[in-house]
Amino acid sequence: MAARPSDPTRLARAAIVGPPFAWLLLFFLAPFAIVAAISFGQNAPDAAPPVAMTGTARNYAFLLSDALYVDAYLSSLRIAAIATVLTLLIGYPMAYAIAMAAPSRRPILLMLVILPFWTSFLIRIYAWRGLLSEHGLINALLRAMDISGDPGTILGSEWAIYLGIVYAYLPFMVLPLYAALEKLDRSLLEAAADLGARPWRAFLSITLPLSLPGVIAGCLLVFIPAVGEFVIPDLLGGTETLMIGKVLWDEFFTNSDWPLASAVAVLMLLALLAPIALYQRLRAREFGGS
Amino acid sequence: MKRFPLAVLAFGYAFLYLPIATVIAYSFNESRLVTVWSGFSTKWWSALFANEAMIDAALLSLRIAFVNACAATVLGTLAGIALARHPRFAGRSIFVALVIAPLVMPEVIMGVSMLLLFVGLERHIGWPERGFATIAIAHITFSMAYVAVVVQARLADFDRSLEEAAMDLGARPFAVFRSITLPLIAPALVSGWLLAFTLSLDDLILTQFVSGAASQTLPMAVYSSVRLGLNPQINVIATIVIAISTVGLVASALLLRRKRRA
Repeated sequence: MAARPSDPTRLARAAIVGPPFAWLLLFFLAPFAIVAAISFGQNAPDAAPPVAMTGTARNYAFLLSDALYVDAYLSSLRIAAIATVLTLLIGYPMAYAIAMAAPSRRPILLMLVILPFWTSFLIRIYAWRGLLSEHGLINALLRAMDISGDPGTILGSEWAIYLGIVYAYLPFMVLPLYAALEKLDRSLLEAAADLGARPWRAFLSITLPLSLPGVIAGCLLVFIPAVGEFVIPDLLGGTETLMIGKVLWDEFFTNSDWPLASAVAVLMLLALLAPIALYQRLRAREFGGS
Repeated sequence: MKRFPLAVLAFGYAFLYLPIATVIAYSFNESRLVTVWSGFSTKWWSALFANEAMIDAALLSLRIAFVNACAATVLGTLAGIALARHPRFAGRSIFVALVIAPLVMPEVIMGVSMLLLFVGLERHIGWPERGFATIAIAHITFSMAYVAVVVQARLADFDRSLEEAAMDLGARPFAVFRSITLPLIAPALVSGWLLAFTLSLDDLILTQFVSGAASQTLPMAVYSSVRLGLNPQINVIATIVIAISTVGLVASALLLRRKRRA
């Protein structure tokens, strides 16, 4: 196909690529430039909108020197990382079990994983608010088992946030893992068994490395949004656990400090740039093209 | 199936579904408390249907979800076709990055940035006023990415030979699209539409940022009610939302399956 595309073909391509491209440039990319600009402004409570474009880096200096904000950043990254590992530990066996199930059963098993994702996120977190409360089902169970006397209240602790993230993001972990495990060539495992490898050894040297792209994609799909999570720390976490998404929300809605909220957003985006770029590369490879 | 995978699946699905099941069960609870069962009752259902603020919020959400689903399906389909069928055009790598980014971008970041854009636009060109339009635009921007991925995946299942054959036989691009591409991706369109509808119906964070003071969507109403404490009416809403999304997903899965076999 060395020939130059004919005019109607080029026209068709412009008609296909043009509208979504223009939309995303205007409503997705341009806003980031505005946020970046406003993050160098200052709060002006009497103005509407409450922003004075002063061109100072004061917001950044403040965020990076205030222990509260630095803590919020670090604890967001830590909580998201721990929750991602926990999600992987639960999601991997599930994805593996689904991939090993009879082919006729796989669609229904997969659909059961996807269904909660279609069900309201807010409502799924609300469900845990009831379950984890002091007189909720989980505490009743813990009391019935009488493990350690009074179990205390899980709601409001960091564990509640981990649980919320694992629960809410599990489908995002299982789906890419399943996609990677399903493609796995079974004859490799049979060959390993024939050559005397124990199942555990075969898993470590064949299944796990070959499913690595799925592991990375799944972890990124959980980690990146979890860092900026707001609903989960707000509804399940306590006052002592700071996450940066909640800080941004409060700066914006409670303190109406738009420039500071913008600077928080810019710093969050910078911290997530590397994982987002990695995810982009994985996906772009899937889409092919040059 | 062997014992180990069976146990894993049983645990996994119990983890995923037990919380949802308790929410549904407690929507029929007599007591005001959402943690203590005291008998069957449908009084919270009647209370919800008499709650005008909630009903108004739900109607607004449904209207936004409908507009969003239609627009996101058109834009997302074009984007999906571009991803799957146009491997070379100027700015493709930027285009791909822009389509993928909304899938992982934390919503608080998107929320602040879009609001600042809308405020700036309103100041300089007097449009858009915050409310229905800004919420719809925000929802379209992230849900079109999901539609694009669904359409792209569908197109990747079929090679280009049919389309190329039609082109070689002299069909104009639009005729090729209408008689070959469109029928191929029809199930993905329905599935993408339903997904976009559901995503919009559920979105809280973006909506909270870009909505004006006057408009309250269902998730916003649910969120402010949940912050005040557990409330059985929320369980009723949850049950309805779960029922709707289950029907939507099952319908779209059956559709995708039947067409693929045919």
